[in-house]
Amino acid sequence: MSAFSLARFLAIARKEFVQMRRERLTFAMIVGVPILQLVLFGYAINTDPRNLPTAVVDHDRSAFSRSLVQAVVNTGYFRIVAAPDAEGDAERLLERGDVQFVVVVPPGFARALQRGERPAVLVAADATDPSATGNAIAALAALGGAALRHDLDGALAPLAPAPAPIEVRVHRRYNPEGVTQFNIVPGLLGVIMTMTMVMMTAFAMTRERERGTFESLLATPATPFEVMTGKIVPYIAVGFVQATIILGAAKALFAVPMLGSLALLFGCLALYIAALLALGFTISTVARSQLQAMQMTFFFFLPSMLLSGFMFPYRGMPGWAQALGEVFPLTHFLRIVRGVLLKGNGAAETWPHVWPIAAFMLVAGAVAMLRYRRTLD
Amino acid sequence: MESVIDVRGLTKRFGARTAVDGVSIAVREGEILGFLGPNGSGKTTTIRMLCGLLRPDAGEGTCLGLDIVRDAYRIKREVGYMTQRFSLYEDLSIEENLDFVARVYAVPRRREAVDATLAQLGLGARRRQLAGALSGGWKQRLALAACLLHSPRLLLLDEPTAGVDPGARRDFWAKIHALAAEGMTVLVSTHYMDEAERCHKLAYIASGKLLVTGSAQEVVAHSGLTTYVVGVPGGSERALAGLARALEAEPAVTVVVPFGTTLHVSGIDAAALERVRERRVRDGGQRWTRIEPSLDDVFVRLVQQAKDADA
Ligand SMILES: Nc1ncnc2c1ncn2[C@@H]1O[C@H](COP(=O)(O)OP(=O)(O)O)[C@@H](O)[C@H]1O
Ligand SMILES: [Mg+2]
Repeated sequence: MSAFSLARFLAIARKEFVQMRRERLTFAMIVGVPILQLVLFGYAINTDPRNLPTAVVDHDRSAFSRSLVQAVVNTGYFRIVAAPDAEGDAERLLERGDVQFVVVVPPGFARALQRGERPAVLVAADATDPSATGNAIAALAALGGAALRHDLDGALAPLAPAPAPIEVRVHRRYNPEGVTQFNIVPGLLGVIMTMTMVMMTAFAMTRERERGTFESLLATPATPFEVMTGKIVPYIAVGFVQATIILGAAKALFAVPMLGSLALLFGCLALYIAALLALGFTISTVARSQLQAMQMTFFFFLPSMLLSGFMFPYRGMPGWAQALGEVFPLTHFLRIVRGVLLKGNGAAETWPHVWPIAAFMLVAGAVAMLRYRRTLD
Repeated sequence: MESVIDVRGLTKRFGARTAVDGVSIAVREGEILGFLGPNGSGKTTTIRMLCGLLRPDAGEGTCLGLDIVRDAYRIKREVGYMTQRFSLYEDLSIEENLDFVARVYAVPRRREAVDATLAQLGLGARRRQLAGALSGGWKQRLALAACLLHSPRLLLLDEPTAGVDPGARRDFWAKIHALAAEGMTVLVSTHYMDEAERCHKLAYIASGKLLVTGSAQEVVAHSGLTTYVVGVPGGSERALAGLARALEAEPAVTVVVPFGTTLHVSGIDAAALERVRERRVRDGGQRWTRIEPSLDDVFVRLVQQAKDADA
C-alpha cells in the first residue's frame, strides 16, 4: 500500500470541484433544491388550511340563519363561495371538488331555535383528505355551543345556558371514518407514476446518447416524432402494469373503496402516463447524461409532490402555490383518482381535470419536438 | 461519370472554433476515397455534414444528386453510415440489431435479408448473442453488415478499422473492393497508411483544411519531395535519434520520419539534399539509399507546411 499523498488528494478534489462547477445542472441542484424545499416547506405548506370553499343553502333566510352563517365564517375555516337555492346544486359542487363543505340551514330554523328545540344544522364535508377537513370540523363542533348565544339575550336569555342552542350534524363524505390511507394510497398511484414514467423515458434517450447509439439512430430515416412515440408507447404498457399492481394492493391491503368506473380511471391513466412520458422525452433531449436526466426528474418530482395536494392539503397552500400546483399533472390526476375511487365520479365530474393534463402533454411534446432536431449540432 | 459526392467549401464551426474549413470533395461512382488526417482534424465532422447529421455553416453541394442541406432527410435513406464509435445496441442481440435496422429502413423481405446477412457473416449460430459481447473485429463486421442491409448506394465509413485485428482488416478491405467493383461509392476515413494505399483516391485534411487530394501516386508526385532511407549499420537507437536531430537542423532537409531502425529523410531541393548526402556518407558510417517518398513522408511534410503557413 502506498502512502497517502496530500498533493494527489488535493489534485483530485480540485478536479472534482472544477467538474462540478462546469456541470451547471449539478450546481443548480445543489443550490436549488435546498432553496426550493425551504420555500415550499416554509411558506406553502399548511396542515391547518383555512378559508376553505363552502356552499351555504339557507332555507330559512332569517336574521338567525344569517347570524349563524356569519359565525361559521368567523371561525376562519370557511369561505362562502356559493349560495345555491337547492341542495342538489350544492351536492354537485361538492362532487366536483369546487367546495369542500356544504352547510344547510333547514327551513323553520329561527322558529325552532326560539322554541328551544335545538334545530340541527347539516354540514356535509368532503373528507377525502382527512387532514384538510379535520380542524374545520372541530371548529364547527365548538360552534354549536358558542354561536348565537348573544342573539339569544333579552327575552330569550333563559335559553342561552347549556345545552347548546343548536345541533351541528357533520357528514363526512367519501371517507367517513377519515381513514388516511384512503386518501394517500390512490394518491400514491399518481406519485409513483410521476417518478418512474418520467425517469424511464428520460433515460431512454440519454442512454442512446451516452452509449453512442444516438448517432446511428439519427442517421436512419426515422423522424423525431417516430422516435418519440416509439419510445413512449412501450412505457405506457409498463405504466398500466404498475397501475394495476398499485390498485390491486390498494384494494387488498388497504381496502380502499373503488366506487367509480375503472375503465374511466384507466382512460385517464393513459393520458396521465402519456403526459409524463412526453415530459421525460423532453428532459432526455436536454440532458447530456443519465445523471442529468435523473436530476431533472427530481427537479420536477419534488414540487409535484409538495404542491399537488399529495403530501399536504392543497387548500392549505397560499394562492401562488396553488396556481403553481395547477401546472403539474399530478395535481389533476390526484383529483381524478380520488374522485373516481372515493366519490364514484363519472366522466362529467372528471373532465375539468382531464384537459389540463392533456394541455401539459401537448406542450411537453411540442417542446420535445422542437428540441429534438438540433441534437447533434 | 457523374459525381456521387460533390461538395464545395463545406465549413462547420463549433463556437469560435472552425472544425471544418472550406472543404471541397468530389467522388465518382464506384470510387473509394480514403479520408486521412490526424485526430481532431475534422474528418468525422465532414462525414456528418455529408449525411445530414450536421448542418454546414457554409458551403454547398450534393450527395447522390441530393442537396446536402435541403434533402438531408432523403440522403439518409440512400447512405450507409458507419460511425466512428460502435453504435449498435450492445444490449440487443446480433439478430435483434440487424432486425431493428432492417425495420427502420423498411428493408423489403426483412426476415430473408437478416438471415442472409447473418449467414454471410457466419454469425448464424451466434445470432442470439448480445452485440456487446462481440470482439472488436466482430463488432466491426456486424456494423458494416448493418449499414449495408438497406442496400445503400454510398458508404460513409468513419475509421472502420480502428482497433481491429489485421485479419479482420484484410477481410474488410476485400469486401470494400468487391462492393466498389459493383458500383458502390465509398468514403472511408483511416489512420493507416497501408489502407490509404488501397484507396483509389486520397484526401488529406489537417486542422479542418483539405491539404491535398488525388491518387496516391499523384499525391506523392505533387509533393515534389526527394527521399532517402538513412541507416547507421550497427548504430544504437540513441545514435539514430541523435542523427535525426542533426539532420533536421540541416536547411536542405524538410522532413525526417523514423521508420524502424532507419530514417526517411526528405527535402524539396534535390541538389541541396544530394550535397548533404555526399558530406554525410563521406564523414562516416551512414548508408543513404534513394527511394520513392512514402505517403507518410508526404503527409508529415504537408502538416509542417500548413503549420508554417499559419505561423
Ligand atoms: N459537437 C461538437 N461540439 C464541439 N466541438 C466539436 C464537436 N464535434 C467535433 N468538435 C471539434 O471539432 C474538431 C474536429 O473533430 P472531428 O471531426 O471529430 O475530428 P476527427 O474525426 O478528424 O478526429 C475537433 O477539435 C473537435 O473537438
Ligand atoms: Mg473522427
